Amino acid sequence: MGLLEVSDLTVTYRTAGGEVPAVRGVSFALEAGQKLGLAGESGCGKSTMALALLRLLPKTAGYTGEIRFDGEDILTMSWGRLRAVRWAGASIVFQGAMHSLNAVQRIGAQIAEPIRLHSKATEAEIRRKTGELLEHVGLPARRADAYPHELSGGQRQRVMIAMALACDPQLIVADEPTTALDVMIQAQILTLIESLVAEQGISLLMISHDLSVLADTCDRLAVMYAGRIVEEGPAAAVFGAARHPYGAALAAAFPRIGDPASRRRPQGLAGDPPDPADLPSGCAFHPRCAVRLDHCAAVDPSLWPVAGEDRQAACVRVLPDEGLSLVAKESA
Amino acid sequence: MADSALPTAPVPQLAQSVRDRSGVRRKLRYYGEKLGGSLVSLFAVILTSFFLFRIIPGDPVRTMTHGRPVSIEQQEQLRRDFGLDKSVAEQFWSYLTGVLRLDFGDSFQFNRPVTDLIADRFWPTVLLVGTSVVISAALGLWLGVRGAWNHGSLSDRVNTGIALTLWSVPSFWLGLILIVVFASGAGWFPTSGMESTGVEGWERIPDIAHHMVLPLVTLVAVVYAQYLMIMRSSLLDEMGSDYIVTARAKGLRDLIVRRRHAVPNALLPTVTLIFVNLGFVVFGAVLVETIFSWPGLGQLFYSGLSVPDLPLVQGLFILFSAAVILMNLLADLLYPILDPRVRP
Repeated sequence: MGLLEVSDLTVTYRTAGGEVPAVRGVSFALEAGQKLGLAGESGCGKSTMALALLRLLPKTAGYTGEIRFDGEDILTMSWGRLRAVRWAGASIVFQGAMHSLNAVQRIGAQIAEPIRLHSKATEAEIRRKTGELLEHVGLPARRADAYPHELSGGQRQRVMIAMALACDPQLIVADEPTTALDVMIQAQILTLIESLVAEQGISLLMISHDLSVLADTCDRLAVMYAGRIVEEGPAAAVFGAARHPYGAALAAAFPRIGDPASRRRPQGLAGDPPDPADLPSGCAFHPRCAVRLDHCAAVDPSLWPVAGEDRQAACVRVLPDEGLSLVAKESA
Repeated sequence: MADSALPTAPVPQLAQSVRDRSGVRRKLRYYGEKLGGSLVSLFAVILTSFFLFRIIPGDPVRTMTHGRPVSIEQQEQLRRDFGLDKSVAEQFWSYLTGVLRLDFGDSFQFNRPVTDLIADRFWPTVLLVGTSVVISAALGLWLGVRGAWNHGSLSDRVNTGIALTLWSVPSFWLGLILIVVFASGAGWFPTSGMESTGVEGWERIPDIAHHMVLPLVTLVAVVYAQYLMIMRSSLLDEMGSDYIVTARAKGLRDLIVRRRHAVPNALLPTVTLIFVNLGFVVFGAVLVETIFSWPGLGQLFYSGLSVPDLPLVQGLFILFSAAVILMNLLADLLYPILDPRVRP
């Protein structure tokens, strides 16, 4: 059984203009110690997913489906139990370079806060642990007295990581952990996250718009589009040869290290991601798809295993022949 | 590598002391600038005060002798006594040298030194208006926090509605209504003044408190909305911030997230407002003090303006301005303690 099993999760925001589906039936599983990358453009629902995993969304969000964490369903557990699971079971590395730290509290106090909450450690133990955590992420322990504005963006992100490790969680969700950092710092932070989760056997769910970053760090990749996972499989396979046209476009948008040719043909994807309140008919991606078929506007394919491979894609092109003819009949 | 190139080894002693010294210098410069700015403002106020009240139409001697059988010679004598027969330059010079010695001259109408008059009226005003600032700030901030945390709820809408309605009510109108209903009507409270005659010793405390109720209610009712609205909107802003999500993700209870994370950040803009209002404490409440015949500085200012009693209004104006300048200075000095980001 996986550590995290999400099945058929939907998240819908109630707004003045009606209900807006942000996540539309997402299922995936994460084994203990595994690293899963979740990629997609802004607005595809990936950050909503991250917050939904600990039920952190505002009251206007409604959930259906199941999020099983270590066997328990997050969506139905009591508030008290949920608060106990938060941070001690699963913690989040937010995009801390900007505003995820409290500006008027010393970082040491912010790291110590969850330890004090979730353990019975004495003040002296907490202080020692806070210092250790800071050294672990490459900051001197005396920086515990610093305020967030006294640190650089990269240092703040290290503080976020130290904070996420504070209660020895089983799972860390990293939501755009390197966005807004320059490339050198980005590489350092990724290496740091990778080594820490490997060292402590923590599972990692990393969310980013940058497929190349995820492909470097994670074992498996999932690509989200318009609130759904449209492609899922081993990282190298998805990044190298995506089977969903959107996954392929996303992979092509980043130059590949060691492949100079990819630098000279930067490829973008025309058009904007669809408005979740007004999704296109059929496959949500078909208006932007370069290889669409006639019946793509009518058929909404679900994730389908790619024949002979350990991966799935939600595109009529991966359906076996009998599936395709079935689809063709439906749309006729 | 810039990020991890931080010196983890102990900083050499010399570098440390150099950094300390430049830090001290920066701090001294910050406080020096704030203090210097305040002194410049105060001096500008002293200059303005003299000319400002000479623009008011009306001849003090004519107003004071109005309706009384006073000969032209007597009026001329009064004018000489007040020093109004001298040239403006001469008057200005004696005003300026007086102010620098903290001597504001003698009041025309009360025939006493302005400093004595101010000393008599100072504490009643500080008592009344100071208490009203404390109560309205506490009430407004409390309701503002509650309102923001449950924004859109029935209690939030009702509280905000009541506060805004009271805010738009003129203070003198509310004061008069309270007098009509609770003082002269029901007879629960005295209609005016600060204490009853013949009350001595410790008995004065409940007596003054009894007199203070209605003016206090008036002052609090018309201003607490300001604190409520600022606290509410500032806290609403903070509640949408990322660090609040971080705090909730840590598994903290809502109440703790609010008290430990949201409110300390949301308080920052409110502190400025409280200090600005504290500066106006000695200015009193001209209208409310006049309606309730509260023997304070506001009422004194009102009677000085109607003459115009130049030494009195000049002295009061300088006092009021000095209080505002002082409180702003205090806010500037206190703010870095509350917000590490603006520490020099």
